[in-house]
Formats: sequence, C-alpha cells, structure tokens
Amino acid sequence: MGDHREPALPAAGRSTPPAAGGAEPDILAELQAEVAADLAEERPPEGGPAHQVVAALVFLIVGLAGAVLSFGYGLGSLREPGPGLWPFLVSVLVAALSAVLLVVGRRLHDSEAFSRSSLLPAAGLVTFVLLAVLLPVVGFEIPALLLCVVWLRFLGGESWRSTIVVSVATVAAFYLLFLYGLHIPLPHLL
Amino acid sequence: MDIHAFLDGFALVVQPGNLLYCLIGVLIGMLIGVLPGLGPAATIAILLPITYGIDPVSALIMLAGIYYGAQYGGTITSVLLRLPGEASSVVTVFDGFALAKQGRAGTALGVAAIGSFVGATIAILGLTFLAPFVAGFALDFGPPEYAALALLGVLLVATIGNGNVLKSLVAAALGLLLATVGRDSFTGAGRFTFDSLQLSDGIDFVVVAMGLFGVGEILYNLEERHGKPHVPAAVANVWPSRKDLREASGAIGRGSAIGFGLGVLPGGGAVLASLAAYAAEKRRAKNPERFGRGAIEGVAAPETANNAAATSSFIPLLTLGIPANASMAMLFGALLILGITPGPQLVNERPDLFWGVINSMYIGNLILLVLSIPLVGLFVRILRIRPAILAPITGLITVLGVYTINNSTFDIFVMVAFGVIGYLMKKTGFEPGPLVLAFVLGQLVESSARRSLVIFGGDPTGFVTRPISGAILALLVVVVLWPVLTRLLRRVRPAAAPVVEQRPADTRPKENVR
Repeated sequence: MGDHREPALPAAGRSTPPAAGGAEPDILAELQAEVAADLAEERPPEGGPAHQVVAALVFLIVGLAGAVLSFGYGLGSLREPGPGLWPFLVSVLVAALSAVLLVVGRRLHDSEAFSRSSLLPAAGLVTFVLLAVLLPVVGFEIPALLLCVVWLRFLGGESWRSTIVVSVATVAAFYLLFLYGLHIPLPHLL
Repeated sequence: MDIHAFLDGFALVVQPGNLLYCLIGVLIGMLIGVLPGLGPAATIAILLPITYGIDPVSALIMLAGIYYGAQYGGTITSVLLRLPGEASSVVTVFDGFALAKQGRAGTALGVAAIGSFVGATIAILGLTFLAPFVAGFALDFGPPEYAALALLGVLLVATIGNGNVLKSLVAAALGLLLATVGRDSFTGAGRFTFDSLQLSDGIDFVVVAMGLFGVGEILYNLEERHGKPHVPAAVANVWPSRKDLREASGAIGRGSAIGFGLGVLPGGGAVLASLAAYAAEKRRAKNPERFGRGAIEGVAAPETANNAAATSSFIPLLTLGIPANASMAMLFGALLILGITPGPQLVNERPDLFWGVINSMYIGNLILLVLSIPLVGLFVRILRIRPAILAPITGLITVLGVYTINNSTFDIFVMVAFGVIGYLMKKTGFEPGPLVLAFVLGQLVESSARRSLVIFGGDPTGFVTRPISGAILALLVVVVLWPVLTRLLRRVRPAAAPVVEQRPADTRPKENVR
C-alpha cells in the first residue's frame, strides 16, 4: 500500500475529509470522502455559518408554531387521541432536532452561497408565477411562449434565432401533445 | 409462488402497448441518466400527471423503466466525460475515465452494460422468488407493525442517505408534519388548514413531489448552468474482449450479490451499493493500486451493483408498501394516485400489476442491453445539446402537468412554493428526499399508530410487547444509537494513518458542469 498519497485537489476550496478509523473497514468511508470531495469541486463556494443558523432557525420556528397550533386542536388522551396529538409530537420533534442543529450545525460545510447568479432562479420563479396567473385568462400558448423566450434568451443566453426556433417548436409540440396526444384539457386560445 | 399469475404477468407485458411503455420508460431513463441535472426521482415526479391518463399497469411499467434505465445512462457520462450523470455512477468515474483515456472507453461501456444486465437480471430473479414470500410473511402485520415499519423506513432513509444525518432527520420530521395538513381522518377536525378550502383536503403528494424534486431542481440548475457542452472521448470497439470479460466476471458476480442485498434495505439503494461493491473489489484485489488507473473490475462492480440494487429496492415497496428511497417513494405515490395501496395484499389482489411490473423488468433490461451498446454514439451526441435549451421544456412540462391534475392554478402555486423550499433546502445543505418520503408515509404512520392505540386500549407498551413490532422498534433503537456506538468503538481502537486513494490528478477536463 506504499503508493498512496494525497490527491492534489485543484481549486476545490474544500479538502478531502480525513478518512478516520482503522485501515481495513474504511475503504468505504475513504471512497465516500473522495466522492464528496469530487462533487464538492463542482459546487459554488459555501455559504458559511449564517446560512446554517438561518435555516435551523426557520425549522425551529416552524416546529414551535406547529406545536402551538396543534396543542390548540386538542391533544386528547392516549386512549382517545385528539386530532392534535400526533402533529404536536411531530412538531416538538422538528423543533427539538432544529434546536440541536442550531447548536452543532454552525460549522457545517454543506451550504452554498447566494450570488448574482441566484437571480436567475428568482427570475425563473417569476415566470412560473406569471404563467400560473395568465393561464386561465389567455390560454397557455402566449404565456408558455413568453416563458420559453425569457428562459432561452435572457436566462440561458441563447441567440435570438435559436430562441425563436426552440420556443415556437416547444409550444407547438405541447399543443399537439396535450390537446391531441393525451386529450388533456388545457386552457388554450386556438 | 403462483406460477399462473407469473405467466399471466408475462402475457400482459408482451402486449404491444405495454412493450411500448416499457421502451419509452427505459429510453427516458437512459436519457436523464446521460444528462446531468435531473435525477430519476425528479423525472418520475415531473411525469406523474401523465399516469392519470393511462392504464395503471402500463404507467407503473413506464415509471419503473425510468428508474432502472437511469442506472445504465449514468455510466456513459461517467466513462466518457468524467461526469457522473447519476449519484450511483460516481465511483465508476475513477476507473471508467482512466480506461477511456487509455482508448478503452468502449470496453468500459461494454463491460458496464453487460454487468448491469447480469446484475439486474439476477436481482429480478431474486425479486421473483423472494417477493411473494416476504408478502406472505407480512400478511399477518397489523397496525402496530405498520406504524413501526413505516417509522423505521423514514429513519433509515434519513440516516443512510446522502448528506448530514441531523439535517435529513429534520427534513423527515418536517415531512411527517406536512402530512398532517388537512382534515383529520379520525375526528374530521381541520389541521393547519387556516380556513382554506383547498388545504382542507390536505396537500397533494404529487404537487409536493413535483415542487420539491421537479421545480426545486429546475431552479437550482438555472443557477448552476453556465457550462458549454462537453466534447466526449471517442468511442471505439464497444465489445469487450474475452479477457476483459473473464477479468470482470468475478466482480460482476460479487456486485450482483452486494447490490441485491443493499437494495433491499430501506435507505440503501443504488448509491450505497455501488460504493460498497467498488470497496469490496479494491479490498480483495492482489494489487489494489491498479484501482483508479483503469481496472476493469472498478467499472464492472459498481455498475453491476447499482442495477442490482435498483431492482431489489422494489421488494420492500411491492411486498410491504414501504418505499426504500426517493424514487420508490415516487412510485408509491403513483400507485396511490391510481387507487392502489401497495402492501402485502398486492400480490393477491392485483397479481396483474404485481407480476406485470416485475416481469416488465426482464424485458426492460433486455431492451437496455440491446440498446445501450449500439446507441452509445447517439447518447454521446445528446450530450452536445445545451442545457439552456432543455430547461424551459422541463419547466413547462412541470407547470402544465401539475395544472392538468385538477385543472387548478392553486396547485401550480403550491408546487412553486414547494419548489422554492426545495431550492432553498439544496442551498442550505438539506436533502429533499427524506422530506418527500416521510410525507408519503406520514399518514400511514399516524393512522396505524392511532389504530394501534385503540387496539391496545391506550396502552403504548403494546407496541413493544408484540413480537414483530417490538423487534422492529428494537431495530429502530439500534439505528438511532448506531453512530454513537461506532464513535465509541473508534475511540477504543487505535486510529491508523489516513489512507486516501491516489488517482491521476492532472486529468480534469471539466469546468462548470450542469
């Protein structure tokens, strides 16, 4: 086993976690560490403790709110469980686990920082909501076409030519697929 | 085993319509396996609305095909691009890409395809004989056993899956909580409905799954996607030589066994199986330093194991009604939509579905073996499609698909909301898988637990004193305490020097992927 050395991880930002434990059974742990390091290379920079704390706090608040609400639904007894008993137990579990996470999870390295490119999913989200609002009003064709154009041209950086070709082809294909192929009623103009 | 039902299942599968759905399923599976980004769980989630329109058996055959087809497709990018299409093909990268650099990409792909076929077929044989037996055993299960079993399933998925265990447990607990939204089935009282009429029926599983897996991954990929298409290694001579096959045969055999065993366990599935099989080969090799430099066993073992595991993970779903991983949770949800509750009675009540799905896998894997080798060139060309072009298409399928379930824009909003949750979970290091799985099992856990309490007259010790539920709960305690125990053991044993596998570090042709 003399040939082993640390692999040089270029620009990974995160190093391979040390494979702890005995030599024999830990080829598996070692592999998992290597796979994790491998996947980490492709990911953007990590988010840091703020991400971890905020996430754990949100879960904690959800758990506490759930516990308060389900307490109001009535816990009943073990002989006759009320509608609130099970949600109460689960909410307490959510809150307790999040509280532990809040304490021990500050230094975890599995979050990702938000950056300027996080605006892309935000823009995508807006197009989804607009599609949902417009769908019952003007049918699916125009909003779907607009969604394609925005995603291809502005979010994807395609050329105008390929944007128009792909958008029109996609909407036409959906028209045929839903209305004629699957016979699924979808609000439509034509 | 009922041989007639088994043969009837085959008759069902070879009907042209079902063959077509099987073909469509495995092709979609291979395609998404090749394309990085969407995994099988997300794809099945996005396609769930389509299943409303077609026959249940055909729908299940197609969705199952997507799952095991993805295991084949993931290999191709691992070998040619050093870019695993699926998590279960990550270890294949080490030796697969090394082989490709030596001009033996074809050999690697050929051995992987043959190994996949052998592993899957052995696992289907195991499934065919074991599944009715397990289902027969589980017929005696009552509500206490189900409550314990479902809880164990949730716990195992959270602890064995990828990512931080505590975070997975938080996500799973949140899934259990979300499952309680809506009218309580025992008392009729509304819970977390906030006087909304739409919420009083509860949150639809399909909408949650499409949001967390589908929209979540689509949004996440939007952010990551700046890469150019990749130029894959040239592929010549896909057929492995006799010598290659002889070298790989042992690895294929062992990979089948490891994959089958780990696939049955809840939470195990294809990812863990591929890692374990690779580790096993490396451990028993005479000169382990060959691994990472183009050892054919390093491709054969994980690829065989992930297919065997993908197949055997159907056993807990079809016999106990407990999904073993996120993709199986999707199939569980699909069955519920179709009005079928998976469980031990499935083999007797719906033998057509039970044997139809199992037997379709024999055919599906044959199709995959026949297609995957000649079609390698085609799939390589698909890799040149820019991800930017696929993104709006998957986005539209998702949004329009969820609308068609109930003709409701409310569903779109709920799905998009869960999409945002899924995206934020990914950004903060939470896996959405345990949440979805817990959500789908949540009602089963609650109703079984409450029914058990009625049986026991309010005495919770009844769970422990019944032999089977007691044993399952004991196992649950072991799973919870396992990390603590191993940590204690490690502290007792002297730690050896950390050994990290060497591999050529200068060969990294990838920039930003996805």
